[in-house]
Amino acid sequence: MICVILGVMIWAAGWVLNVQLANGLSSEQTSVKIAIPAIFGLTIVIVWELMVRGFEVNPVILPAPSSVLERLFGEGPILWADFQQTVLKGALIGYVVGTVAAFVVAIVADRSDFMTRGILPVGSFMAALPIVGTAPILVKWLGSDWESKAAVVALMVFFPILVNAVAGLKDTNSMQRDLMRTYAAGYWATLFKLRLPSAMPFIFNGLKIGTTLALIGAIVAEFFGSPTVGMGFRISTSFGQLALDMVWAEIVIAALAGSAFYGAMTWLEKKVTFWHPSQR
Amino acid sequence: MCPRKGAASSGGRIEFNWHNEDGCIVKSVLPVLTVVLAILGIWLLAVIPMNMHLVADQAQRDGVIVVPDEPAARQAFSGVGLTWHNPDLVPLTYNFVRPRLPSPQQVAGEMHETIFTKSITSKRSLVYHGWVTLAPTLLGFLIGTGLGVLLAVGIVYSRVMDRSVMPWAIVSQTIPILALAPMVIVVLGSVGIQGLFPKSLIAAYLSFFPVVVGMVKGLRSPSQMQLDLLRTYHASNTQGFWALRLPASLPYLFTSLKVGISASLVGTIVAELPTGARAGFGARMLVGDQYGQPLVSWAALFAAALTAAALVGLFNAIERITLRRMGMAAV
Repeated sequence: MICVILGVMIWAAGWVLNVQLANGLSSEQTSVKIAIPAIFGLTIVIVWELMVRGFEVNPVILPAPSSVLERLFGEGPILWADFQQTVLKGALIGYVVGTVAAFVVAIVADRSDFMTRGILPVGSFMAALPIVGTAPILVKWLGSDWESKAAVVALMVFFPILVNAVAGLKDTNSMQRDLMRTYAAGYWATLFKLRLPSAMPFIFNGLKIGTTLALIGAIVAEFFGSPTVGMGFRISTSFGQLALDMVWAEIVIAALAGSAFYGAMTWLEKKVTFWHPSQR
Repeated sequence: MCPRKGAASSGGRIEFNWHNEDGCIVKSVLPVLTVVLAILGIWLLAVIPMNMHLVADQAQRDGVIVVPDEPAARQAFSGVGLTWHNPDLVPLTYNFVRPRLPSPQQVAGEMHETIFTKSITSKRSLVYHGWVTLAPTLLGFLIGTGLGVLLAVGIVYSRVMDRSVMPWAIVSQTIPILALAPMVIVVLGSVGIQGLFPKSLIAAYLSFFPVVVGMVKGLRSPSQMQLDLLRTYHASNTQGFWALRLPASLPYLFTSLKVGISASLVGTIVAELPTGARAGFGARMLVGDQYGQPLVSWAALFAAALTAAALVGLFNAIERITLRRMGMAAV
């Protein structure tokens, strides 16, 4: 009971502190802007821990954050092996393959206006479909190792990136293209010096959508068959052993990997499209 | 050329408008048909080498002479190579009973049979399975959207909420939470919560954050000038909300709704996939896979795709009608 009361008090204290910070004089400083969501997140974790202890929640339903943390540090090698199998092999290779394929198709399609007008609607239609449902079929075709996961990922990221690349390549006006022509630039020079750079804000939009899809695809595909390593495999087997703290440890890893992947793309976007109004 | 609509220059989400008044729809029919036909063509060609080994094995059992006649020797050939030696087996690949890759007409036939010829209460009817998937999707979507709009209003009007919750709402979109959907189902199932609710919870979660992010953007979209004008009218915060902020947010809301509804549907299907669910699109995909009935899987896959398309199309139509009645052009 003490834990529950303490939890409520900590929640209230965190909220009051945030109110002070958000309405205070220094609320526009970067450090405060980071501190407020950090305090919010921290109070949630502390309250979660106290509630689990206070109400004596069965760890099979909801483990305490402390036991998840224990697993995170205690099972380092296993988590690292899972990370390698799922993120570095399945998700990343599939992501690269899907991106390259989307680029090739986009550049080929871009040569004709007819193709572009066909691919844009079909591609954005496909991007809204539950492509992850092809996972069982692809696992059956390609076996249970990382190749099938990479194939699911490639298929999932292909359409959002394709649509954005095709739309981006169209995003130059005739004035800019005429300027290139006055410089006697041919098709390839125009493509690399004008059209690809100006397509970058669109392309990065597709790439960022793809980061989350890649991890989802790689993890979900492992539910349908995998070697005895991988995040999806670990989640489903730990689940069978009722080791929910391990499941949550994998969730934390997946969340960190997802945010890092997205963050890396955002960082790259800033470096590449520094000229775009939204980055200045 | 048609003006490109919906392709926001800051790299926003690109959408295809199904109904353009300026004749674009007519101009894109031919290209779209061409692309769809090309995909069908690739599919039709791929059916032959994908199924050739299985067909050759079966044909030999039926007494047809197959080159080479040793099953082990055939394994050395690729699907294309085997086709080259046995051109007369090609027609059989299109009607094979348990193909690796079913042909389009087989999938269409299976879909026709399970959608139109079965009673909708039958366990074999895709309409029945579709409803099992659709009901939690819609319920969850309603809950998620409702809560999302409420949180967005809170974020816009409360500085603390904005500063503490908004960063997490954005970060949460980069987390592959969908992958955990099956686990959520099993956890809730183990404490005795079953049926519509667990799947709705996932659908709600997945539509929640897109709506929050889009709605916050929308509620903040009125310019300072417009807000100042309302202040000169001595409008209260509440009046400002109903008269300016809410109407101004609708285009953003619709964009989020379309993202949200397809995310919800994908979430429900993934939730059904490895959890031993007995009904629903996800369950059909898995059952077909496990019991060697690929046609069932493929029919469920395409039916799910059609459902997703219908839902997004429905919201497109509602968006178009609403925005036109409000005097706003479609974004």
